[in-house]
Amino acid sequence: MSLHVDAGHPTRAPMPPSRRHVRPRPGRSFMTWLDLKAAPYLLVSPYYLLFLVFGLFPLAFTLYYSFFDYDLTGTVEWTGLGNFTALLDDAAFWRAVVNTLAMFVIATVPQILLALLLANALNKRFKLQLFVRLGVLLPLVTSVVAVAVVFTQLYGRDWGVVNWVLGWFGADPIDWKAERLPSWLAIATMIDWRWTGYNAIIFLAGMQTIPKDLYEAASIDGASRRRQFWQITVPMLRPTMIFVVLNSTIGGLTLFSEPTTFYNGNVHGGTNSQFQTVSMFIFEQGFREFDYGYASAAAWLLFLLILIGSAINFLLIRRIGGNK
Amino acid sequence: MIDNSRRGKLLAVAAVAALALGAAACGSDDTGTGAAAGGGSSAAAGPVTVTLQTFGGGKNFGYKEAVDKWNAEHKDIQIKYDNLTDQFEQVYWPQMIQWLQSGAGAGDVVGIDEGGMGLAKAHPEWWADLGEFGLQNRKADFAAWKWENGVTADGKLFGLGTDVGGMSLCYRRDLFEKAGLPADRDEVSKLWPTWDDFIQVAHKFQDKIKDTKFVDGTNTLYNVVLVQEAAKNGNVSYFDKDNNLIVDKNPAVKTAYDFAQKISQEGLTAKLRNFTPEWNTGMKKSQFATLGCPSWMLGAVSGDGGAGPDFKGKWDVAAVPGGGGNWGGSWLAVPKQSKHPKEAAQVLDYLTGKDAEVSVFNYAGNMPSNIQAQQDPAVQGAKNEYFNDAPVGDIFAKSAAALQPVFLGVKHAQVKNAIESVVSAIDDGSVPYANGWKKLVDDAVKAAG
Repeated sequence: MSLHVDAGHPTRAPMPPSRRHVRPRPGRSFMTWLDLKAAPYLLVSPYYLLFLVFGLFPLAFTLYYSFFDYDLTGTVEWTGLGNFTALLDDAAFWRAVVNTLAMFVIATVPQILLALLLANALNKRFKLQLFVRLGVLLPLVTSVVAVAVVFTQLYGRDWGVVNWVLGWFGADPIDWKAERLPSWLAIATMIDWRWTGYNAIIFLAGMQTIPKDLYEAASIDGASRRRQFWQITVPMLRPTMIFVVLNSTIGGLTLFSEPTTFYNGNVHGGTNSQFQTVSMFIFEQGFREFDYGYASAAAWLLFLLILIGSAINFLLIRRIGGNK
Repeated sequence: MIDNSRRGKLLAVAAVAALALGAAACGSDDTGTGAAAGGGSSAAAGPVTVTLQTFGGGKNFGYKEAVDKWNAEHKDIQIKYDNLTDQFEQVYWPQMIQWLQSGAGAGDVVGIDEGGMGLAKAHPEWWADLGEFGLQNRKADFAAWKWENGVTADGKLFGLGTDVGGMSLCYRRDLFEKAGLPADRDEVSKLWPTWDDFIQVAHKFQDKIKDTKFVDGTNTLYNVVLVQEAAKNGNVSYFDKDNNLIVDKNPAVKTAYDFAQKISQEGLTAKLRNFTPEWNTGMKKSQFATLGCPSWMLGAVSGDGGAGPDFKGKWDVAAVPGGGGNWGGSWLAVPKQSKHPKEAAQVLDYLTGKDAEVSVFNYAGNMPSNIQAQQDPAVQGAKNEYFNDAPVGDIFAKSAAALQPVFLGVKHAQVKNAIESVVSAIDDGSVPYANGWKKLVDDAVKAAG
């Protein structure tokens, strides 16, 4: 199994034969219609039906209830935009937004750079290539809970390995769950440990579509390996980069499992919401305080946040490579 | 193709967890006849499985031996004992409310902590009527307040009491000896008639022993002082009896908060929040020497999750400064959605009965609320081997008899949860002492709204 992706080499296949004209005969017209007109729709329908039930319907349902004061154990009352104005005025919500954005930046920027370098290294020829390439995917198949348990131990205040090592250099023990920036760093390493390999493999697949003759030509012109990396590999990877960055944006802004498990499954995200993300805030409002309307409104604000974040990143990435 | 993979992963985890819980909760469907849904008798072809759902750390409700005994003797009704989590306000109760409200997912017999009873009473539609199964005749088994808390406003009996908290103070006798303090429980009790005395002893202790703090964190003793003070202020804590939030007006809350702040400021806490993995590790690593101990806390200490077998005989039980008090204690109820309410009521009757409650006390240490069980010689004369043979029967039976029940409002669980986060936050330093009280009141108002 090798990771060859041929997207960059559109093979020039012969033109497909023009569709035969089937003259409908009486009695068989339904079967023909089913075969030619309906079958494609039937074949793609499972995805759209699932999307309707688990995607579109919840989206609309959430929007509808975001205009209500909906207490699970109490009443349902229309409040118009009341939930949204209250949210924009809610310091706890903004604290969650800041936490989410901060952890997103701290986790994603080094992760993508690291994945890029890792992919570049994996793209060379070496022994046991397959095992090493598969190896970087290993963190992805470990359970989030197991990862959280291990990292929570590593970042323990009193008995954690990280503080122990820091102690060699004379540093005071850090309370990783109580201080805001340290908690973000701890969670960011957890995310990076899990997702760097995944992104590296995607980058690797992208790198293998770059024609070799570009590198040969550059070598003949005397370009160094480093220069080749920055001037050929990175610009040619732009489509892959856009996918990886958008994927990380969506994943980063909906971050939930790692910070939740980091605090023993408690969605408050630390005693003072030091690392409560917007997703955890939504969960807390909806399923701990049972304020469904408020949680729905927050979910829609998160949706807007993701749209804006994705748009900004898309525009940024389109500019890399310096051309155009 | 792998679009949204992270969110997918998360949803998958959530879905699997929900399915697992749901499957556990629906275990009763597997073997029942399904025809008994109306609440009548079920001419069961196979054994009926009654699912018992509880919460709590360590040995939690302590029903292990009682359930084993029942299952060995009753082939037709089998109990499936499922302790879902150690966190009531954060995890168990919100999940239970969703199940009760949606009509599916809850077990046949479910445990409810005192903090959830206000809401439970306000929703008679959630519960089966235990009166239909003849449990009205159990009234004489319980103190009046324990019985009345299991009756809804319209007079329906839905829950019977399991345990009462009572109050004591657990301490590490080996460390006390090392610090040159008396280790004998009667002498230790004499060291601290008041909380001020307690703080003085704490300083003496910490002057001698450098690696161990005197107290676990702010949260445990905050709750101890709160129930003691509530008893002095009309037996109310966060809500008055009309369910108005009185956090800012009730002197009991302020006194308890001030005490928590004081022990934290004076450096007497190990800065561990109770019922977290760090707190459990703290017990195993001797990070603190005393712990506020309602009866059910004994099981949390002696259980494998807590200090565990290595510390057998090193803990002991003394009187709590400031007199008695009650923290915690639970009820069992049968949700209306149960497919086997008759069998569930039988199981509930057994588990709250004298024999099962005595077994719970001997196994875990939870003080029975059942008066017959309290008066049983096996309880009265009981000594807890783990706690250096402390006469726990005597200690907790006394405090149970003199117990003043505190009124807890409909939204008590949510408000308690919000407040405890702040009480812990001043200890880990994420909320400055100067802002603590204001944040506590603000967050309580928000949680109650």
